[in-house]
Amino acid sequence: MSAQEYAFVVLALVGTIAAVRVVTARNVVRAALYLVVTLASVGACYLVLAAEFVGWVQILIYVGAIVILFLFGLMLTKAPIGREALDNQSRGLAALVGIAILAGLVFLIQKAFTWSDPKVELAQGTSGAVGESIFRSYVLPFEAVSFVLLAALIGAIVLSRKDEPS
Amino acid sequence: MIRLPLVLFFSAALFSIGVYGVLARRNAVLVLMSIELMLNAVNINLVGFSQLWKELTGQVFALFVIAIAAAEVGIGLAIVLLIYRNRETINVNEVNLLKW
Repeated sequence: MSAQEYAFVVLALVGTIAAVRVVTARNVVRAALYLVVTLASVGACYLVLAAEFVGWVQILIYVGAIVILFLFGLMLTKAPIGREALDNQSRGLAALVGIAILAGLVFLIQKAFTWSDPKVELAQGTSGAVGESIFRSYVLPFEAVSFVLLAALIGAIVLSRKDEPS
Repeated sequence: MIRLPLVLFFSAALFSIGVYGVLARRNAVLVLMSIELMLNAVNINLVGFSQLWKELTGQVFALFVIAIAAAEVGIGLAIVLLIYRNRETINVNEVNLLKW
Protein backbone atom coordinates (compact mmCIF):
# COMPACT_ATOMS: atom_id res chain seq x y z
CA MET A 1 0.00 0.00 0.00
CA SER A 2 1.24 3.42 -0.85
CA ALA A 3 1.26 6.44 1.43
CA GLN A 4 -1.78 7.90 -0.31
CA GLU A 5 -3.68 4.70 0.32
CA TYR A 6 -2.83 4.79 4.02
CA ALA A 7 -3.97 8.42 4.20
CA PHE A 8 -7.16 7.60 2.35
CA VAL A 9 -7.98 4.61 4.55
CA VAL A 10 -7.40 6.60 7.74
CA LEU A 11 -9.57 9.46 6.50
CA ALA A 12 -12.27 7.06 5.32
CA LEU A 13 -12.32 5.31 8.70
CA VAL A 14 -12.61 8.63 10.54
CA GLY A 15 -15.40 9.70 8.19
CA THR A 16 -17.28 6.43 8.52
CA ILE A 17 -17.10 6.38 12.32
CA ALA A 18 -18.22 10.00 12.49
CA ALA A 19 -21.08 9.21 10.07
CA VAL A 20 -22.21 6.37 12.34
CA ARG A 21 -22.18 8.82 15.22
CA VAL A 22 -24.24 11.28 13.12
CA VAL A 23 -27.05 8.77 12.76
CA THR A 24 -26.84 7.44 16.34
CA ALA A 25 -26.09 10.53 18.44
CA ARG A 26 -28.63 11.35 21.11
CA ASN A 27 -28.02 15.08 21.02
CA VAL A 28 -28.89 16.90 17.81
CA VAL A 29 -26.13 19.50 18.12
CA ARG A 30 -23.61 16.73 18.62
CA ALA A 31 -24.95 15.03 15.49
CA ALA A 32 -24.34 18.25 13.55
CA LEU A 33 -20.79 18.49 14.89
CA TYR A 34 -20.09 14.87 13.93
CA LEU A 35 -21.44 15.76 10.50
CA VAL A 36 -18.68 18.40 10.33
CA VAL A 37 -16.08 15.68 10.95
CA THR A 38 -17.59 13.46 8.24
CA LEU A 39 -17.81 16.22 5.66
CA ALA A 40 -14.30 17.47 6.41
CA SER A 41 -12.84 14.00 6.06
CA VAL A 42 -14.70 13.52 2.78
CA GLY A 43 -13.16 16.81 1.64
CA ALA A 44 -9.74 15.58 2.73
CA CYS A 45 -10.36 12.38 0.76
CA TYR A 46 -10.94 14.52 -2.33
CA LEU A 47 -7.64 16.24 -1.63
CA VAL A 48 -5.92 12.85 -1.32
CA LEU A 49 -7.54 11.86 -4.63
CA ALA A 50 -5.93 15.03 -6.08
CA ALA A 51 -9.27 16.64 -6.85
CA GLU A 52 -8.27 19.79 -5.05
CA PHE A 53 -10.94 22.10 -6.42
CA VAL A 54 -13.80 19.78 -5.43
CA GLY A 55 -12.09 19.24 -2.07
CA TRP A 56 -11.92 22.93 -1.20
CA VAL A 57 -15.43 23.55 -2.52
CA GLN A 58 -16.61 20.71 -0.29
CA ILE A 59 -14.93 22.24 2.74
CA LEU A 60 -16.14 25.77 1.96
CA ILE A 61 -19.75 24.92 1.05
CA TYR A 62 -20.47 21.95 3.29
CA VAL A 63 -18.45 22.68 6.41
CA GLY A 64 -18.71 26.44 6.04
CA ALA A 65 -22.28 26.97 4.91
CA ILE A 66 -24.50 23.89 5.08
CA VAL A 67 -23.57 22.85 8.61
CA ILE A 68 -24.17 26.43 9.77
CA LEU A 69 -27.61 26.23 8.15
CA PHE A 70 -28.24 22.96 10.00
CA LEU A 71 -27.17 24.50 13.30
CA PHE A 72 -29.53 27.42 12.70
CA GLY A 73 -32.32 24.98 11.90
CA LEU A 74 -31.61 23.07 15.11
CA MET A 75 -31.58 26.26 17.14
CA LEU A 76 -34.86 27.51 15.70
CA THR A 77 -36.68 24.22 16.24
CA LYS A 78 -35.99 23.17 19.77
CA ALA A 79 -35.41 19.46 19.52
CA PRO A 80 -35.68 17.11 22.47
CA ILE A 81 -32.71 15.08 23.65
CA GLY A 82 -32.67 11.31 23.92
CA ARG A 83 -32.84 8.27 21.77
CA GLU A 84 -36.58 7.67 21.99
CA ALA A 85 -37.34 11.25 21.00
CA LEU A 86 -34.99 11.33 18.02
CA ASP A 87 -35.36 7.84 16.59
CA ASN A 88 -38.56 6.06 15.64
CA GLN A 89 -39.67 2.59 16.53
CA SER A 90 -38.54 0.82 13.36
CA ARG A 91 -34.85 1.23 14.10
CA GLY A 92 -34.12 -2.48 13.75
CA LEU A 93 -35.78 -2.61 10.35
CA ALA A 94 -33.82 0.47 9.27
CA ALA A 95 -30.58 -1.16 10.42
CA LEU A 96 -31.52 -4.28 8.48
CA VAL A 97 -32.14 -2.29 5.29
CA GLY A 98 -28.89 -0.36 5.74
CA ILE A 99 -26.83 -3.50 6.28
CA ALA A 100 -28.54 -5.20 3.31
CA ILE A 101 -27.68 -2.25 1.05
CA LEU A 102 -24.10 -2.23 2.33
CA ALA A 103 -23.74 -5.97 1.77
CA GLY A 104 -25.21 -5.72 -1.71
CA LEU A 105 -22.95 -2.85 -2.71
CA VAL A 106 -19.83 -4.51 -1.30
CA PHE A 107 -20.71 -7.73 -3.11
CA LEU A 108 -21.22 -5.90 -6.41
CA ILE A 109 -18.04 -3.84 -6.04
CA GLN A 110 -15.77 -6.75 -5.26
CA LYS A 111 -17.41 -8.69 -8.08
CA ALA A 112 -17.01 -5.88 -10.61
CA PHE A 113 -13.47 -4.76 -9.75
CA THR A 114 -10.56 -6.97 -8.94
CA TRP A 115 -8.67 -5.81 -5.91
CA SER A 116 -5.44 -4.87 -7.64
CA ASP A 117 -6.38 -3.95 -11.17
CA PRO A 118 -8.02 -0.50 -11.37
CA LYS A 119 -5.79 2.01 -9.67
CA VAL A 120 -6.65 5.65 -9.53
CA GLU A 121 -3.65 7.42 -10.97
CA LEU A 122 -3.54 10.83 -9.41
CA ALA A 123 -3.63 13.58 -11.98
CA GLN A 124 -1.89 16.68 -10.77
CA GLY A 125 -3.41 20.13 -10.77
CA THR A 126 -6.90 19.58 -12.12
CA SER A 127 -8.40 22.93 -11.03
CA GLY A 128 -7.67 24.76 -14.25
CA ALA A 129 -8.95 21.90 -16.37
CA VAL A 130 -12.12 21.68 -14.24
CA GLY A 131 -12.78 25.39 -14.77
CA GLU A 132 -12.18 25.03 -18.49
CA SER A 133 -14.54 22.06 -18.61
CA ILE A 134 -17.28 23.95 -16.74
CA PHE A 135 -17.09 27.07 -18.85
CA ARG A 136 -16.48 25.34 -22.16
CA SER A 137 -18.63 22.20 -22.19
CA TYR A 138 -21.08 22.76 -19.34
CA VAL A 139 -22.00 26.42 -19.52
CA LEU A 140 -25.71 25.78 -19.88
CA PRO A 141 -25.99 23.39 -16.90
CA PHE A 142 -23.87 25.84 -14.92
CA GLU A 143 -26.29 28.67 -15.63
CA ALA A 144 -29.22 26.38 -14.86
CA VAL A 145 -27.66 25.50 -11.50
CA SER A 146 -27.18 29.16 -10.68
CA PHE A 147 -30.83 29.78 -11.56
CA VAL A 148 -31.88 26.86 -9.34
CA LEU A 149 -29.86 28.35 -6.49
CA LEU A 150 -31.53 31.74 -6.99
CA ALA A 151 -34.97 30.13 -7.05
CA ALA A 152 -34.16 28.12 -3.91
CA LEU A 153 -32.96 31.26 -2.14
CA ILE A 154 -36.13 33.19 -2.97
CA GLY A 155 -38.25 30.17 -2.12
CA ALA A 156 -36.60 29.78 1.28
CA ILE A 157 -37.15 33.47 2.05
CA VAL A 158 -40.80 33.30 0.97
CA LEU A 159 -41.41 30.13 2.98
CA SER A 160 -39.80 31.25 6.20
CA ARG A 161 -41.13 34.83 6.20
CA LYS A 162 -43.87 35.53 8.71
CA ASP A 163 -47.19 36.42 7.13
CA GLU A 164 -48.23 40.02 7.62
CA PRO A 165 -51.45 40.28 9.60
CA SER A 166 -53.44 42.20 7.02
CA MET B 1 -2.00 5.71 -6.45
CA ILE B 2 -5.15 4.49 -4.75
CA ARG B 3 -7.00 1.27 -5.43
CA LEU B 4 -10.48 2.04 -6.71
CA PRO B 5 -12.34 -0.48 -4.47
CA LEU B 6 -11.18 1.45 -1.38
CA VAL B 7 -12.91 4.55 -2.70
CA LEU B 8 -16.02 2.59 -3.61
CA PHE B 9 -16.17 0.85 -0.22
CA PHE B 10 -15.99 4.19 1.59
CA SER B 11 -18.76 5.50 -0.60
CA ALA B 12 -20.90 2.39 -0.02
CA ALA B 13 -20.43 2.68 3.74
CA LEU B 14 -21.46 6.34 3.78
CA PHE B 15 -24.47 5.62 1.57
CA SER B 16 -25.81 2.80 3.71
CA ILE B 17 -25.28 4.82 6.90
CA GLY B 18 -27.28 7.59 5.25
CA VAL B 19 -30.07 5.15 4.34
CA TYR B 20 -30.18 3.95 7.94
CA GLY B 21 -30.35 7.55 9.16
CA VAL B 22 -33.19 8.48 6.83
CA LEU B 23 -35.20 5.44 7.90
CA ALA B 24 -34.43 5.48 11.61
CA ARG B 25 -34.45 9.15 12.51
CA ARG B 26 -37.57 10.94 13.56
CA ASN B 27 -36.36 14.52 13.69
CA ALA B 28 -36.67 16.16 10.26
CA VAL B 29 -33.36 18.04 10.53
CA LEU B 30 -31.55 14.79 11.26
CA VAL B 31 -33.22 13.21 8.23
CA LEU B 32 -31.85 16.05 6.11
CA MET B 33 -28.37 15.41 7.55
CA SER B 34 -28.60 11.76 6.55
CA ILE B 35 -29.57 12.82 3.02
CA GLU B 36 -26.38 14.90 2.95
CA LEU B 37 -24.41 11.78 3.85
CA MET B 38 -25.90 9.95 0.86
CA LEU B 39 -25.15 12.85 -1.50
CA ASN B 40 -21.56 12.83 -0.27
CA ALA B 41 -21.30 9.13 -1.00
CA VAL B 42 -22.37 9.76 -4.59
CA ASN B 43 -19.83 12.58 -4.88
CA ILE B 44 -17.00 10.34 -3.73
CA ASN B 45 -17.89 7.88 -6.47
CA LEU B 46 -18.01 10.64 -9.08
CA VAL B 47 -14.62 12.02 -8.08
CA GLY B 48 -13.04 8.58 -7.82
CA PHE B 49 -14.14 7.50 -11.29
CA SER B 50 -13.26 10.92 -12.68
CA GLN B 51 -9.69 10.48 -11.46
CA LEU B 52 -9.62 6.88 -12.66
CA TRP B 53 -10.58 7.70 -16.25
CA LYS B 54 -8.81 11.09 -16.37
CA GLU B 55 -12.12 12.59 -17.39
CA LEU B 56 -13.16 15.75 -15.61
CA THR B 57 -16.89 15.45 -16.21
CA GLY B 58 -17.22 13.57 -12.94
CA GLN B 59 -15.71 16.41 -10.95
CA VAL B 60 -17.91 18.95 -12.73
CA PHE B 61 -20.96 16.89 -11.82
CA ALA B 62 -19.74 16.58 -8.24
CA LEU B 63 -19.70 20.39 -8.11
CA PHE B 64 -23.23 20.48 -9.52
CA VAL B 65 -24.36 17.97 -6.90
CA ILE B 66 -22.84 20.13 -4.17
CA ALA B 67 -24.70 23.19 -5.47
CA ILE B 68 -28.01 21.29 -5.68
CA ALA B 69 -27.42 19.95 -2.16
CA ALA B 70 -27.00 23.51 -0.88
CA ALA B 71 -30.27 24.56 -2.53
CA GLU B 72 -32.02 21.47 -1.17
CA VAL B 73 -30.87 22.13 2.39
CA GLY B 74 -32.03 25.74 2.20
CA ILE B 75 -35.50 24.81 0.98
CA GLY B 76 -35.72 21.80 3.28
CA LEU B 77 -34.88 23.78 6.39
CA ALA B 78 -37.35 26.51 5.41
CA ILE B 79 -40.09 23.86 5.10
CA VAL B 80 -39.05 22.34 8.43
CA LEU B 81 -39.21 25.76 10.10
CA LEU B 82 -42.67 26.34 8.63
CA ILE B 83 -43.87 22.95 9.91
CA TYR B 84 -42.43 23.72 13.32
CA ARG B 85 -44.15 27.09 13.40
CA ASN B 86 -47.51 25.60 12.47
CA ARG B 87 -47.46 22.32 14.38
CA GLU B 88 -44.89 22.74 17.18
CA THR B 89 -43.17 19.52 16.13
CA ILE B 90 -40.79 18.39 13.42
CA ASN B 91 -41.15 14.68 14.02
CA VAL B 92 -41.66 13.25 10.58
CA ASN B 93 -44.06 10.55 11.78
CA GLU B 94 -46.38 13.07 13.35
CA VAL B 95 -46.65 15.11 10.17
CA ASN B 96 -49.25 12.90 8.52
CA LEU B 97 -51.96 15.29 7.39
CA LEU B 98 -51.66 14.18 3.77
CA LYS B 99 -51.59 10.48 4.62
CA TRP B 100 -54.72 8.74 3.29
